[in-house]
Amino acid sequence: MVKISQEEILKLANLAQLKLSKEELTEFSSELSTILDYVSQLDKVDVEGLEPTYQVTGLKNVTRDDVKIDYEVDKDLLMSNLPDSQDGQIKVKRMIG
Amino acid sequence: MKSWDNITKIALSVNDGKTSALELVNESLSRIEGAKEYSAIISTTKERAIERAKLIDDGVKSGKNMGRLAGVPFIAKDNFLTFGSETTAASNILKGFNAPYQASAIVKLEAEGAICVAKANLDAFAHGASTENSDFMVTKNPHDKTRVPGGSSGGSAASVVLGLAPFSLGTDTGGSIRQPASFSGCVGLKPTYGLVSRSGVVAMASSLDCIGPMTKTVGEASLILDVMSGRDPLDSTTIEKDSLGYVSLDADLKGKKIGLVKEYFDDSLDKSIKESIDELIDKLKTAGAEIVEISLPILPSALAVYYILCPAEVSSNLSRYDGQRFGYSFDKANDLNESYSESRARGFGKEAKRRIIIGTYVLSSGYYDAYYKKAQLVRTKIVKDFEKAFKSVDFLLGPVAPTQAFKIGEKSNDPLAMYLSDVMTVAPNLAGIPSITIPIDEKNNLPVAVQLMAAQKQDRPLLGAAKKIEELSQ
Repeated sequence: MVKISQEEILKLANLAQLKLSKEELTEFSSELSTILDYVSQLDKVDVEGLEPTYQVTGLKNVTRDDVKIDYEVDKDLLMSNLPDSQDGQIKVKRMIG
Repeated sequence: MKSWDNITKIALSVNDGKTSALELVNESLSRIEGAKEYSAIISTTKERAIERAKLIDDGVKSGKNMGRLAGVPFIAKDNFLTFGSETTAASNILKGFNAPYQASAIVKLEAEGAICVAKANLDAFAHGASTENSDFMVTKNPHDKTRVPGGSSGGSAASVVLGLAPFSLGTDTGGSIRQPASFSGCVGLKPTYGLVSRSGVVAMASSLDCIGPMTKTVGEASLILDVMSGRDPLDSTTIEKDSLGYVSLDADLKGKKIGLVKEYFDDSLDKSIKESIDELIDKLKTAGAEIVEISLPILPSALAVYYILCPAEVSSNLSRYDGQRFGYSFDKANDLNESYSESRARGFGKEAKRRIIIGTYVLSSGYYDAYYKKAQLVRTKIVKDFEKAFKSVDFLLGPVAPTQAFKIGEKSNDPLAMYLSDVMTVAPNLAGIPSITIPIDEKNNLPVAVQLMAAQKQDRPLLGAAKKIEELSQ
């Protein structure tokens, strides 16, 4: 059985910009091990000579004309969703200390 | 509760001026109000719905035809972007989000006169098989309030069965339309991948996500698919609809070959479901169908493939919820990184976090080949096995889930047990083929349903055969 340590979970959480509680760390490290153990059944499947499937439609390079499209989105409605704004701009917390 | 007339009949009556759209909307809203104990609905779009109903009634009065769905109220799963109320995907992180545009599916339905009246509950971000993972509330099964309605489109399924509206919309990434349709007792269609635009639907796993109708009858599901399907410039993975459309179906099964999927009839299948399906098989034979057993040995691997690919795509799609542009934001953060990680920690529920961690793991550089790439390769094998099967049969038939609706709380502490509820529904998503749930019986006072599958883009013949199964089951 694959053992996933709490340190590894912590590293993954940091990569995903997700703070986890102590309980979540413990819980997820044992659950992830169980789930990885379950999916390890794929090791036995012979995939010799197969190509990976990333999408199933068979469509290739769907393009459109390079022209401006007006999506008629209401700017005020869009702005009303911002947690914080100033002078019509998105305002975020400071990035550099 | 009085059931609704057939959707086509309702729209005809509205266009003839015999029924007013406003009456229909008010009827739907009052039924929603009266069914609160089931927790199927997150919010109503009351004001906008009434406004639209008046517009339709005015249109009819001035002699216009207001469309094939004129005045028909419907309920959208709350992961469809709609005007008129918040779009939350039943998650705390999207609480307070007012969509700046509507999903293409909603736009198409409105163009034919349909009226969205409410948003249905779901497992947050559609992560789950019971609707217990909603960050807000647990929806109850219309047949037994101590049981789950299935999920993740549990609110949508319960809405149709409770008669809150004539139809609802769901999304299906690994069974999320078909399994709740089976648990709650309505028709649920997952069309061929790409047939209905995903634009404006909260993304879960983009290579698997499908949109489909939940209805009382197969004919109504066909009509709704006919309205919603086809190429959409806003979703480059969409495909053309069938040139014949999806209405006026050929419901004859004479000479059709139906394969019973051997792997789905193992010991894990409930006896009562098996009995109901056996009865159906006899009726299908009498109707002239040829029934054969068919084996797809790769199927038992499908769930493992799904639980690698789905969280991988989920972890990527959920990265947009960063607390900066919309939805919940932790306002006491000292810097941007803390704002990201605290907003996400407080805004996401446990299942979203769990999938972000699994997804990030299988996509991380050291494990990518062992998990993600391997799963994509096995996915190819699944696609090929289905292609091969559909060379020898017209349709595949099987149960939707190994059990009928389970008890609330029964699986909520064991993620793997919950994931196993999807064991019979994930393969069609991986292969991109259409599949439909049709209720066929009732056992132990709960619905029993089957799942019928066809090859990619064979949605029209699939719906025809489903219609026949529906007839035979009445």
